[in-house]
Amino acid sequence: MWRQRKFDLIVVGGGPAGTTAARYAAKAGINVLLLEKDRDIGVPVRCGEAASDEGLRIFVEPDPRWIKSVITKLRLISPNGRTIDVDLKQKGYILDRRIFDYDLAQYAAVEGAQIVCKAYVDGLLFDGDKVSGVKGEYLGEPFEVKSKLVIGADGVESRVGRWAGLNTVVKMKDMESAIQKTISGIEVNEHRFDFYMSREWAPGGYLWIFPKGPNAANIGLAVSGKYSRFRSAQRYLDDFLQKTFPDGSVVSTTVGGVPCDKTLKKFITHGLMLAGDSAHMVNPMTGGGIVPGMRGGMLAGETAAEAIKEGDTSEKYLNRYAKKWHKVGGRNHERFYSIKETVSKLTDEELNSICDAVEKIPPEERTIGKVFRKAIFKKPSLLVDVMKVFAGV
Amino acid sequence: MIKIKPGKCDFCGCCVAVCPVDCIELKEADISIDYNICIDCKLCLYICPIEVFEDVETAEV
Ligand SMILES: Cc1cc2nc3c(=O)[nH]c(=O)nc-3n(C[C@H](O)[C@H](O)[C@H](O)COP(=O)(O)OP(=O)(O)OC[C@H]3O[C@@H](n4cnc5c(N)ncnc54)[C@H](O)[C@@H]3O)c2cc1C
Ligand code: SF4
Ligand code: SF4
Repeated sequence: MWRQRKFDLIVVGGGPAGTTAARYAAKAGINVLLLEKDRDIGVPVRCGEAASDEGLRIFVEPDPRWIKSVITKLRLISPNGRTIDVDLKQKGYILDRRIFDYDLAQYAAVEGAQIVCKAYVDGLLFDGDKVSGVKGEYLGEPFEVKSKLVIGADGVESRVGRWAGLNTVVKMKDMESAIQKTISGIEVNEHRFDFYMSREWAPGGYLWIFPKGPNAANIGLAVSGKYSRFRSAQRYLDDFLQKTFPDGSVVSTTVGGVPCDKTLKKFITHGLMLAGDSAHMVNPMTGGGIVPGMRGGMLAGETAAEAIKEGDTSEKYLNRYAKKWHKVGGRNHERFYSIKETVSKLTDEELNSICDAVEKIPPEERTIGKVFRKAIFKKPSLLVDVMKVFAGV
Repeated sequence: MIKIKPGKCDFCGCCVAVCPVDCIELKEADISIDYNICIDCKLCLYICPIEVFEDVETAEV
């Protein structure tokens, strides 16, 4: 019984970051317990479910069971309704995250990790200043479990880090307040991502249409916390749906917060590492956090196994995880953050004029590379940067 | 003072992430505020995507 045992590693949270951390740690031979507060892994889905083929392949072979649409094109829609279509060099997918997340948990379990759902963690155990386990509630009963290491993969809430004294609070301007509805009974291009960029539709964020086959789509938007206080994300989305798909059926609604921030300065302390949304690893430009979360999870899981084998779980030793993240995963993070800052300051007029200029490039020449070479207009590098980043969601 | 409208919350964690004093608790399908800690900054009210919170006079809470 897991409550009576001591583990090398406890992972809190069963999203992509947590299950990937558990998988790589277990694979490297240490014993791992993963605790998830919800009843099922993968449910509820709080996600647009877009991910690139290239990104996923680092960790898994894409499986047709969890692919709802294969995406080959990207469309940007300007505030005045102009459209720019670009062919993607790397294909993307719209996933079914219920199946995807469940499979990620399976991979971890197959490697030997023990996964427990309905296990709510509400605090950490300490040995001096070192984290030495977690406590919480399982089916109404309190529990305490000891471990040599803890990985906090508790998503946007990121309370595990706070309990250990890390500052994980998301600043309002960097928090995207998001809502998405899955709309059925509509016609969409099943191979195209659509992004609407406009202060009118989604100030400080963007609106997306991600197809799930030809007759359904995840339609959602994110509004920066800088603006959400004046009007909620829900009201923006209802306006758009009313105007654009008044007859569609809403088969699912989800809400969430996306921390579009730089990765936390400090996401490691004695006996504890954070991974995924909890460490602010989401791509701050696109809000895509599946692949970055898995990357953080993998690096944290591998580092955990090394630390256990070396018998050193100090902050100093674990800091090699931060180094690896900044070298591999976080390489573009700061750049994406500064692009986000610039884009979010553009007025609708500026966005329109950028789109007008790109529109003059003949569609057949409009690959991202060619746009980059041919475009001579207001802020060419910026637009190309935006497209490149979206293309690799 | 901040009040939670019953039955509305989707348990997404967005408000928890911006709360400066960590006084919101989300279990699987249960949200609560620890009013002993809450500093009434209203950030949760400003960020919630679906308007779960409302700002009321203290006496009503
Ligand atoms: C509306 C919306 C749309 C999005 N669209 C996309 C997209 O199209 N593409 C993309 O790549 N990303 C998207 N994202 C971001 C993406 O969903 C996240 O970045 C990703 O899920 C992060 O993974 P994670 O494992 O870090 O956290 P999560 O997936 O959030 O997992 C955290 C887990 O921890 C559990 N947990 C939390 N606290 C505790 C506790 N105290 N005890 C036990 N368990 C706990 C939670 O229940 C949860 O299961 C979107 C996000 C939102 C909100
Ligand atoms: S008002 Fe401020 S302190 Fe109180 S619960 Fe909301 S965010 Fe937290
Ligand atoms: S932001 Fe709103 S929906 Fe999300 S957990 Fe907080 S109150 Fe609930």
